[in-house]
Amino acid sequence: MSLLEVRAVDAQYGLLKAVRGVSLSVDEGETRALVGANGAGKTTLLRVIAGAHRPSAGTVFFDGVDITRIPAHKRVGLGIALVPEGRRLFPGLTVEENLSIAGGHRRGGAWTVDRVLQIFPMLQARRTQRAATLSGGEQQATAIGRALMCNPRLILLDEVSLGLAPKAVAAVYESLRELIGSGTTVVLVEQDLGRALSVSTNVTCMLHGAVVLEGASSALSREQITAAYFGVRASSGVGADT
Amino acid sequence: MVVPMSTLLEASDIAQRFGALVVLDGVDFQLAPGESVGVVGPNGAGKTTLLSILAGSIRPSSGRVRYEGNDVTGVRADRRCRLGIARTHQIPRPFVGMSVFENVLVGAMLGRRQAGARAYERALDVLQTCGLVDVANRRAADLGLLDRKRLELARALATDPKVLFLDEIGGGLTDAEAIELVGTIKELRRRGIAIIWIEHIVHILVQAIDRLVCLDAGRIIADGLPKDVLANQAVIDAYLGASVT
Repeated sequence: MSLLEVRAVDAQYGLLKAVRGVSLSVDEGETRALVGANGAGKTTLLRVIAGAHRPSAGTVFFDGVDITRIPAHKRVGLGIALVPEGRRLFPGLTVEENLSIAGGHRRGGAWTVDRVLQIFPMLQARRTQRAATLSGGEQQATAIGRALMCNPRLILLDEVSLGLAPKAVAAVYESLRELIGSGTTVVLVEQDLGRALSVSTNVTCMLHGAVVLEGASSALSREQITAAYFGVRASSGVGADT
Repeated sequence: MVVPMSTLLEASDIAQRFGALVVLDGVDFQLAPGESVGVVGPNGAGKTTLLSILAGSIRPSSGRVRYEGNDVTGVRADRRCRLGIARTHQIPRPFVGMSVFENVLVGAMLGRRQAGARAYERALDVLQTCGLVDVANRRAADLGLLDRKRLELARALATDPKVLFLDEIGGGLTDAEAIELVGTIKELRRRGIAIIWIEHIVHILVQAIDRLVCLDAGRIIADGLPKDVLANQAVIDAYLGASVT
C-alpha cells in the first residue's frame, strides 16, 4: 500500500462542496504536485490529509492505517506536517520559539533550529524576534521551517513560494530537493507550473473539486495540464498529445 | 521645500526603526499623478513597511510624507483614505461575516463619504470591474483565494482613490488568473489612478508598470525603467538570483 491513500473523499464548507470524490495515492519518497485554478479544492484536500478539515465522506489512510478520525495534532506525531495557507504562526512567539514548539513531538530526525536557519539565512538575524514583526516572506520561511522541525515523513506544502522573493524561492526549492533526496514524501501546491513539473515526480490536476488529470510529471505536457485547468477534456496517461 | 506640480505623493528621507531593528533607512520616493510603479526586493527589505508609511498606518521614525503638496506625515490612515489613498493587504482581511457586496459598500460609503444611492451605484460598478458580480451575495468568509484577492482590490477601489497601493495581490494565482488581474489593473491605470504595486511575480508586474523600484535592507538600490532595473547587477545579486532579461 502507498504511504498516503485518499479514497473517495468529499469535503464541504456548509453547502459549498469543495472536494468531490477525490482518490489519490502517493508512494513513499514520491513528490506529488497538486495543480489547478483557485477554487479547485487543492487547499481543502491538503487540509483533509492534515486533519484540519473533517471530510463529509471518504477515508484517508496513512502508512496503511485509517487516520480519517485522528485529530490533526496526533497526525503530526505520525509524521504528517502541513505548511498552511496564510502562514498561521504564533505571533507573540519568537522565530526560535515557533520552530522549537514544532520540534516538541520528539519524532527523531535531522531537523534542528540551526539547520532550519541554515537553509533560510534570512531568518538568522530574526531568531529572537517575535513572529508578528516579521515581513511576509520571513513568516512564510518560518512556517516552512516549523513543518520541517516535525521531521515529517509526509510534508504538505500549500503555496510554498507565496510571498518569497525569486532568490528565496530558488533557495527553498534547493532545500526541497535535499529533503526529497533524504526520502521525505512531499505533496505540494504550486502555481508556477514549470517549477511544479520540474520538482515533482507526479502531477495531479484538479478542477471544480475533482481530479481531472493525473500522471508522471515527465509524461505530461504543459498543454495537457493547461487544458485540464480550463476544463477541456484531456485524456489521462502517457503521450496523448492534444 | 516646494513640491513640483508633477508630484502626487512624495516621501523624503524616511527612516523606520522597530526597537534596534532598522527597517527603512533614508528612503526618498516620488510618484507622479497617474504613474504606475512596481516595487520589488528581498524578503524583509522594507517594502510593506514603506507602503504602510505612505498609507498612514505606520508613523515613520523620521522623514516626511507629502500628498498633493500637503504634509500628511501625521495624518491617520482613515483620513488619508478619504483624501484618495487606498491600499490592499498581503493577507486579505475582509469583514468575514458580511457579504461581498456589503464589504464593497463599506468602502464606497466611507472612502469619500458617499451615501445612499451613489454609494450603491459605485459598489455595483466596482463589483463589475473586479469580476465579483457572481459572488456578490456570498459571505466573504466563504470565498476562495482568487475571489478574496479580488475583494481586497474591490474594497480599496470602492473608496474612489487617486492612488492605489497593491501589496502582493498576484501571489498564489495561476498564470491565467494573474493575467486577468493584470487586465483589471491596466484598466485602473487607464482611468488615471496612480499605482504602487509590490509583487514578486516579476513577469506579471512588468506588464502594468511605468517604473520599477528595488529595495534592499531598507534602502532603494535601483529606480528606473523596468528593463534597466531588472538588468542591474545589484538587483540581480540581492533579489533575482539570476538574470531574467
